[in-house]
Amino acid sequence: MPIARRTLLAAAATLAAPGTIRAQSTSAPIRIGEINSYTAIPAFTVPYRMGWQLAVEQVNAAGGVLGRKLEVISHDDAGKPPDAVRLAGALLDESKVDLLAGGFLSNVGLALSDYARQRRRLFVASEPLSDALVWEQGHRYCYRLRPSTYMQVAMLVEDAVKLGAKRWVTVSPNYEYGQSLVKWFKALMLQRQPGVEFAAEQWPALGRIDAGATAAALAQAQPDAIFNGTFGPDLTNFVRQGNTRGLFEKRGVVSVLTGEPEYLEPLGDETPQGWIVTGWPVESVTDPTSRAFIDAYKAKFNAMPKMGSVVGHATITAIAAGIAKTGSLDTEAMADGFKGAGFPTPFGPAIWRPQDNQSTLGTYVGRTAVRGGKGVMIDWRYVDGAAAMPSDAEVKRMRPA
Amino acid sequence: MTALAVHNLHKRFGGIEAVADVSFTLAPGELLALIGPNGAGKSTCFNMLNGQLRPDAGRVLLAGPDGTMDDITGLPPPAIWRLGVGRTFQIAASFASMTVRENVQMALLSHHRRIWRVWHAASRHAPHAANALLARVGMAAQADRPAGELAYGDLKRLELAVALANTPRLLLMDEPTAGMAPAERAALMALARTIARTDGMAVLFTEHDMDTVFTTADRILVLNRGTLIAEGTPTEIRANPEVRAVYLGENQA
Amino acid sequence: MDLFLLQLLTGLAGASTLFLVAAGLTVIFGVTRVVNFAHGSLFMLGAYIAWSILSRLPRSPEYFVLGLLAAALATAAIGAVMELALLRRIYRAPEMLQLLATFGVVLVVQDAALWLWGPVDLAVSRPPWLRGAITVAGLRFPFYDAVLIAVGPLVLGLLLLLFHRTRWGLLVRAATADRDMVAALGVDQRWLFTSVFALGAGLAGLGGALSMPQGSANLHMDLAVIVDAFVVVVVGGMGSLSGAFLAALLIGVLQAFGIVLLPKITLVLVFLVMAAVLVLRPHGLLGKPQAESRAEAETLAPIRPAPAILRRLGLAALLLAIAAPFLAGPYLLTVLTEAAIAVLFAASLHVMMGPGGMASFGHAAWFGIGAYAAAFTAQGLGTSMAVGLLLAPLCAGAVALAVGGLVVRMSGVYLAMLTLAFAQIAWAIAFQWVELTGGDNGVLGVWPDPWAANPRTLYWLALALCLGATLLLRRLLYAPFGYALRATRDSPLRAAAIGLPLPRLRLAAFAIAGAAAGLAGAVFAYAKGSVFPTYMAIPHSVDALVTVLLGGVQTIAGPIVGAVAYTVLQSWLLTSEFWRIKLGLLILLLVLAFPAGIAGATHAAWLRWRGRSA
Repeated sequence: MPIARRTLLAAAATLAAPGTIRAQSTSAPIRIGEINSYTAIPAFTVPYRMGWQLAVEQVNAAGGVLGRKLEVISHDDAGKPPDAVRLAGALLDESKVDLLAGGFLSNVGLALSDYARQRRRLFVASEPLSDALVWEQGHRYCYRLRPSTYMQVAMLVEDAVKLGAKRWVTVSPNYEYGQSLVKWFKALMLQRQPGVEFAAEQWPALGRIDAGATAAALAQAQPDAIFNGTFGPDLTNFVRQGNTRGLFEKRGVVSVLTGEPEYLEPLGDETPQGWIVTGWPVESVTDPTSRAFIDAYKAKFNAMPKMGSVVGHATITAIAAGIAKTGSLDTEAMADGFKGAGFPTPFGPAIWRPQDNQSTLGTYVGRTAVRGGKGVMIDWRYVDGAAAMPSDAEVKRMRPA
Repeated sequence: MTALAVHNLHKRFGGIEAVADVSFTLAPGELLALIGPNGAGKSTCFNMLNGQLRPDAGRVLLAGPDGTMDDITGLPPPAIWRLGVGRTFQIAASFASMTVRENVQMALLSHHRRIWRVWHAASRHAPHAANALLARVGMAAQADRPAGELAYGDLKRLELAVALANTPRLLLMDEPTAGMAPAERAALMALARTIARTDGMAVLFTEHDMDTVFTTADRILVLNRGTLIAEGTPTEIRANPEVRAVYLGENQA
Repeated sequence: MDLFLLQLLTGLAGASTLFLVAAGLTVIFGVTRVVNFAHGSLFMLGAYIAWSILSRLPRSPEYFVLGLLAAALATAAIGAVMELALLRRIYRAPEMLQLLATFGVVLVVQDAALWLWGPVDLAVSRPPWLRGAITVAGLRFPFYDAVLIAVGPLVLGLLLLLFHRTRWGLLVRAATADRDMVAALGVDQRWLFTSVFALGAGLAGLGGALSMPQGSANLHMDLAVIVDAFVVVVVGGMGSLSGAFLAALLIGVLQAFGIVLLPKITLVLVFLVMAAVLVLRPHGLLGKPQAESRAEAETLAPIRPAPAILRRLGLAALLLAIAAPFLAGPYLLTVLTEAAIAVLFAASLHVMMGPGGMASFGHAAWFGIGAYAAAFTAQGLGTSMAVGLLLAPLCAGAVALAVGGLVVRMSGVYLAMLTLAFAQIAWAIAFQWVELTGGDNGVLGVWPDPWAANPRTLYWLALALCLGATLLLRRLLYAPFGYALRATRDSPLRAAAIGLPLPRLRLAAFAIAGAAAGLAGAVFAYAKGSVFPTYMAIPHSVDALVTVLLGGVQTIAGPIVGAVAYTVLQSWLLTSEFWRIKLGLLILLLVLAFPAGIAGATHAAWLRWRGRSA
């Protein structure tokens, strides 16, 4: 474990190099105003908070950024965009933070992004998945860390095509995220596998799936394969009904986010076998970067990290790297300076793409399996975010100026 | 001269004929009492006149200001009020969140068709008229008290003032003296009688207390099992053997 | 045909689940007349407790049943504590205050559950016998769903036996029909109520525990479940067990077939069913008209013009508000802008609830419609802010007029539930119809015209519009229209007898309240720059209710005082840890200690003080 910690510290030190030269303990800390849905979506955001707490500790232990310590002032938006916007105002005007970060829900992320554009201040969106954040509604003051809805689907499509299934059905929560997943999946599948057909779709209300009826309705369409966008409690209900009713037997299933520890854990020994999923095989990753992060996290919190923890941690290192590269806390300078900045993450190195301010943080793609009564990912590989993006021309078309 | 004419009213509830073929007329300035044992159909009859119930058959005609007879059968209560009918309730009802004067002003606003106004203060509407009405029922001194804290007898008098705000040609009083002390009863009915005489207002009332009925009414209608069994002056009714049998006999037993 | 049968069975299993969710709520309402918003929280606690028990027990059927019963009993005990500590003290309070108190419990339980069980969804691993399926017409149907189909009628049967074959049941039914009569019989009503509440809570706990084999215990169950439970109880007729069962059947089966035919209709379908049933049968399938609401029986003091000292205070506050941009920092200015909007939002609800006597649990709908109208004007038509600010109240008022036409004849809890249903339909449309509204991503870039973009100007504009509209509403309440409205609330019979057209007056108040809330929504949209479905969500309607009740329903100044206090309080609470538990406790404190609200309590104190000095 000491070795692991040293590796990370070294990584942090290298990226903070320009600043450490004039490291002084007297200078005021760099303040990051962080807003997230801690009470509304605790399953993801509580591990996320632990992730960034660890990262702040590590970065500061390595001398901080530009010779200054990092300080995070964090607030709960209760899942309401207007509250997030008000808190953003409080952070900028009262707490005098140097930049904003956070967001889990897409609507909170978009509201904060729009506010940041209005105020001309930097906002680093950590978790929101909406494509609009960097494309349709993208602007120079907003950066986004996590792989977007499009990227999640794009990472899965390769394996989905390999299933050779002709007749698909989709099930996805009935709101923008779920609709956008299905839209991209259909579009990308039709591109890669002409002749593919979509026989039925189910749109359960978020958090209120009628799992038995949904599973029966899907089975009725007699599909070769299923695309799933549900997650959390809806997923657990759907999987249990599907298992008992034999919905998943002899059918390929492609499922977004299901491999993330927060969603696999409740599935337990009922985790379906062989689903193609995005996620994070936290139990079986062996590379030194991942292990160093997992060990440090376990040492600090006595718990296994989740996907949220990775995103929380990477949010801080990505911001630190951006500031270090810019060499200043001026918003306009940062808005340009973050572009192209490279940063370490528990998944390996990533950069902020200059084209659209999206990070190249990727995610793992693999298959689900049950090992020792727990759901795990097997046959996984890490897919870099850069590999799951549309062409630059396409991005340019979608992103206004 | 007729203030109210009722022709062949019928009302059934399920299989029971609550009111069967009731007809009568009422002259201006006259006090007519509607009596009968419990379940005789008084309330049903009464509620078909004030609009709370729609008759199955029959007609209710009300004299208009120019003497023509308007058919008011089955009209809802607000419409009947607008045609010049005032009423009081068996259990006195007031607007508890208003003062005594405001209660009367509310009725005056409705009478003057001013309730849709949204700008002028309601409490400034016709305060003198309101005070005069309150004075008439002996409530002037209590004009500024909240109606919710009135004694029951005062509440009954306030109701009368509210009903009079409509300058009604017909006043319907359902059990006007129920729950009042004997002295108060006499005073209230004397007041109603005076107003009826001076304003030429017809009054139809139901009443349990026979003393009140026989001292106040000019004429009495007796209902039993939904049908009219007798009609006449107090003296005639007192002498009517059938009434004595079904009604007074029971009452005295 | 086979598929039809399978889907029918699935629908029946869903119906059983729905019935179990709703049974406890309707039992509690039948006797205590309390609409228990915390019913979903009890369900959630039942699920979590079941997890704690079942994951420690052997996995055989008998231990499973034992675990379920233990979870139900534990939840019943929690219910009994809740009744003893809270509800017992507020049975005489107005319905909305009770609803608010139980909402306080929801907030407290949310944080308590997070603290006790952690943020991750908890699922019990199903033993093999629970995973099995039976074969129906050649298709697999889950064994547990078949069990559930039987459990629903079984529970109904047991409850009916309990109510019709025991002395306790007799007393409960008597209390449902006439509370005072039971008191006259010399029965200690308090223990009757406690036991009924415990039974209802136990049923909620049982429902939660029974849901474990199908899914997980999670922190979102409470609100998801309570909405379903409300719908079933209202459709069935409040207080009617058999009605709840019928309603659950209707909704469960419709849902199962509905999503096959129209996959996107989820969510909207149940509310459409509810609205349709209530419009046709205002008291639900098997419900009876409610006895006269208690609110009518209580004596309310006349509304009098504010005393001179209060006017002077108000004027001083207004001057301070106008001068605020020179005194306050930008953040405080944002909070004040929100407070100004909250004042109009609350004042509009107050018109309905106070003088109008119409309880609303979906007031956020009008706010949201106004906000979307402004957003569409800004985005779609590209016109100036003034057009948006004009169109928003017109749109919201017009929709309110249409909806009001259907619902104003109802009163009390039914009206509250219908407004909730409409608000949920509006929310579902905004949330799910992504092509039109952008879904939960909302409509962005609804910023004000350049001349008003400066935070100070924006604040003054919000202040002028919101306070101006609030003062107009206030004027309205002192005018004949307001008096007439109040007359219909004080005594509907008397009001009709003096010629007041009750439905039209209430409809007008409904539409005016909707238009005013719509204006508040439009100003909010421009102030925040964006519009989201959350503007129409239940918590926002609750915000309006809390504001009005915090200030005091029966005082004209109430909504103003309440809105300022609540906005400031919330902006402070949100930046602190465990804000939900704090807000929840604060609501409970308010309900128990200051049922008349801040303005009401101040008014009473002022009267006492004057009485002593005079």
